[in-house]
Amino acid sequence: MPDIDIDAPGTTALLMGNEAIARGALEAGVGFAAAYPGTPSSEILPTIVDVAKKRGIYAEWSTNEIVALEAATAASLAGVRAMSSMKQNGTQVALDFLGNLAQRGVGAGLVLVTVDDPGAHNSSNEQDTRHVAKWLDIPMLEPGDFQEAKDMTKWAFDLSEEVDIICMVRAVSKISHTRGNVKLGELSTRKYKASFPYTGGRPRMWGIAHDIQHKKLALAREKYEISPFNKYVGPEKPELLIITSGAAWLYTQEVVRTMGLEKRVGILKLGTIWPLPEKLVTDALDKSLQVLFVEEIDPFIEGSVMELAASQATGKPQHTFYGKRSGHINAYGELSPDDVIKALNKIMGLSYQARDTAYLKKVEAIPREYAINRGGALCPGCPHRASFWNIRTALKLDGRGGFATGDIGCYTQGLLPGGFSVVKTLYCMGGSAGIATGLGKLGQFGFTQPVLAVCGDSTFFHATIPAVINGIFNNSNFTLVVLDNTATAMTGFQPHPGTGRTALGEPARAIKIEDVCRSLGVPVEVCDPFNFKDTTNTLLKMMAIDNGVRVIVMKRECELIRGRRDAPPFTVTVDPDVCLGDDCGCDRLCTRIFLCPGLRFNKQTGKSEIDPILCTGCGVCVDICPQGAIKREAK
Amino acid sequence: MTTKKLKKDPLNLIIIGVAGQGNVLISQLVCNALANEGYLVTFGQTYSSNQRGGSVNNYVRVSKEIQCSPLVPSGAADVILGMEPLDTLRMLAQFGNPKVMTIVNPRPIDVAGRVSDYPDLEKLMETIKGLSGKTLVINATAEAEKLGDARMANMILTGALVGTGILPLDEKSIAPFIQERFPNDFDINMAAFSKGIELYQAAK
Repeated sequence: MPDIDIDAPGTTALLMGNEAIARGALEAGVGFAAAYPGTPSSEILPTIVDVAKKRGIYAEWSTNEIVALEAATAASLAGVRAMSSMKQNGTQVALDFLGNLAQRGVGAGLVLVTVDDPGAHNSSNEQDTRHVAKWLDIPMLEPGDFQEAKDMTKWAFDLSEEVDIICMVRAVSKISHTRGNVKLGELSTRKYKASFPYTGGRPRMWGIAHDIQHKKLALAREKYEISPFNKYVGPEKPELLIITSGAAWLYTQEVVRTMGLEKRVGILKLGTIWPLPEKLVTDALDKSLQVLFVEEIDPFIEGSVMELAASQATGKPQHTFYGKRSGHINAYGELSPDDVIKALNKIMGLSYQARDTAYLKKVEAIPREYAINRGGALCPGCPHRASFWNIRTALKLDGRGGFATGDIGCYTQGLLPGGFSVVKTLYCMGGSAGIATGLGKLGQFGFTQPVLAVCGDSTFFHATIPAVINGIFNNSNFTLVVLDNTATAMTGFQPHPGTGRTALGEPARAIKIEDVCRSLGVPVEVCDPFNFKDTTNTLLKMMAIDNGVRVIVMKRECELIRGRRDAPPFTVTVDPDVCLGDDCGCDRLCTRIFLCPGLRFNKQTGKSEIDPILCTGCGVCVDICPQGAIKREAK
Repeated sequence: MTTKKLKKDPLNLIIIGVAGQGNVLISQLVCNALANEGYLVTFGQTYSSNQRGGSVNNYVRVSKEIQCSPLVPSGAADVILGMEPLDTLRMLAQFGNPKVMTIVNPRPIDVAGRVSDYPDLEKLMETIKGLSGKTLVINATAEAEKLGDARMANMILTGALVGTGILPLDEKSIAPFIQERFPNDFDINMAAFSKGIELYQAAK
C-alpha cells in the first residue's frame, strides 16, 4: 500500500488523488486540518490523520463543514498553515463564513479543498464549485492529474500567503478517487509557535474590503500567467484548439493520442481556474480559430474564455467555439474518453470507433433481461433495513397516510424499495427535520398526515439540531426518528460527536442524542430496531401524540463495524420443509419485499434460502417470515 | 525500472465485482506491483454510494508512455476480470471487443431489489463466451470455500490473472504486496494465489 509518510524525495508512489492532496499539504507543512466526511473528499483527512501524531499535526473531524473551515481559519490566523477539505455540498454549508473569510485575508497559508462529484455518483445532486471562486473572488486551482494534486496543494499554501487570501483547490471525483503515479517531494519540517496577533495583525476584520480583494486577485492572475500548472501541447498552428482542465484533460490528452491527431490538434490545459490567466489564454486563442472546450459539469472555462474573446473581438477574425453551448460536449454530468471521441469525430469529420459494427450488433443482441444494473441496496444485516421495516409497519397500522422525510446518509435508501420507499423527500444534511418542521405547522390548512423526520446520528449533530429546536420553538407537530448506528457509515465509518473518540483516536465525551433531545424537554424514546414489536409500538405511540416534537432514537451498531470486530452471532438457515415458496401467499416476502441480499430465492427448489457468503448472521429476518421457516441458531 | 515490454500500450484491464467481494484488493495488488516495476499506472473506479451490494468497476490502465485517464474508452478493454457473471457481461457490453480476454468467476450474486429473477446461468455464460476472444472460467468462490474462506476468491482470481502472463508480472513481483496486505495470513493467501495460477493452467 502507498505510504504517505515516505521521506525520500524523488520516490514514485501510487497515490489516490485524495492521498496526493494530503501529501501536498504535508510537504507544505500543514499544521492543522479540519474536515467533515463527504465522498468524494472523505480520504483526505484520514490520510493526514495517519501521520498526524508523528509529525505534530492536529487533525479533526468537525461537526460540519462551516465549523471545520472556521477552525482551520483560526489556526491560520495564529500563524499555523491550515487546510479544510469537503465535498461540494459541504462547501455550500460553509458559504456564509467563506464569503466573509474571502475578504479578510489570512495569517499562515489557508487552503480549502473542495471535491466535486460530476455525475453525482456519491451525491444527492450535482453542482460545480468553480462558480464559488468566481462569485466570492477567491483564487482557485484544479489538478489535472495525481502529480498535480500533490504539487498544486503544496503551492496553494504559498499562494495563499503571498496573495493574503484563502486559496481553493477544486478536484473532481475521477482525480480524487483515482490512483496514479506521484513523484514525492520533501516533507516539511516546519515547526509552529501559535499566537494570535490581535494588536494590528494582517487580517483586516472591520469594514468592506472588496477593493483590496480585487487587487489580490490581480496579483494571483499575474502568478498564474507564468504557472507551470498551465501548459500548451501541440503544433504551433493547430486546426483545432482544445481548452480543458481536471480529469477532462486526461481524457483529452489520451484521445488525441489514440486518434492520432497530435499534429492537428493543440491542447491548452489550465490548472489555474480562477481568475482566468488572460494573457496566456489570449496567446492560445491566437493559434487557432476553432476552439473546443472540454470540462466537467458547467461551461465555466467556456464562459470565461468566450467573455474574454468577446472583449478582444474588435478587428480580429472571429473564433468558432464548440463545447457545451454548441452541444458537442454534454451540458452537465461526468465526461469519459468517449465524449471527447464523439466531439472530435463531429468537429473534424472523422469516423473513429474502437470496435467494429459486427461486434456492436452482437452487443445489441444481448437479451434485455441480462442487462441489469445493481441499484442501491442496504447491506446485509443493516440495522436501517429493520428501522425502515418498523416504520413501514407503523405507518400502515396508523393508517393516516403518514410518511417519512429523508436525509443524507446510508438511510437515503429509504427512498428506494430497499428501504420500502417510506421516505418521500430528500434534500440536504438536516433536510428531514427542516421539511418536517414546516409540514408540522400545516394543521391550520387541513394537513393531517403524520410526519416522521428520519436522519442518522452524524447528520443529527451536523445540521438537524437547529431544525428540531425550530420545531420545538414553534410548536410544530412531527416525530424525529434518529437512526443511530454509531458511525458516519456511508463515507467510511468516521467518528462523530456521539462515538466517544476523535479523529486522532483520542477519547472524547460521547454526546448522547437522547440526552440532547431530553434536555430540550420533549418526549424521547430509545429502542432497538431489531426488536420489531417494541419499536413498532413506540412509533405508533409517538405518532398518536399528534402534537409537538417527539423523538425516537433507533439504536443499533452498523453491521459492517460489528462484523469486522465480532463473529456472526447466529447461523441462519431456511427450513425447506417449512418454507412454502410461492404457495405461501406471502409473495416471497423475504426476497421480494424485505430485500436483504443475504436471502435469495432458489428457482430449482421453489424455496427461499440463505446465501452463506452474503449473510452476516444478524438473524433479524427470522421475525419476518409468516411461516417461521427462517431459523437462527446462536453460534 | 523494468525492461519488460507491454503486449499493448496502454494495456486496459477491467476488474468488476459486487461491493464486498474484494475486487478493489485485486486491483491494488496488481497496480502496486506494476508501479513498482516502473510502469505508469492509473487505477480509476466507479461505484454507487452503498457500502455493499452495488457494482464496483475498477479500470486499471498500464503504460510506459502516458499517465492514462481514469476510464477505459468503450470497446477498448484488453482483459475483463469478473468476480460475478452478470456484472462481467455488463462490462463486456460496454468495453468488450473481438480480442478481449475474459476471466470469469461463475458464482452469481442475486440482484437485491430486483423484481425479476437472476438469468439462467448457463445461457449467461454462453453469452459471455460469445462476446469474448478468449474466456477462462475460474471457479474462484468454490475453490476458496475449499480453502476455508470464500473471501479468498479474489486472491485466486489474482493468481489466474497473473498466470495468464498478459501482465508483465509474476509470482515474485506480486508476493511482497500480498505479504504487506496480509502480514498474519500470508501463507494461506499465497496458497490461494497459487491455486489461481493452477486453475488458469487447467482452464486455458
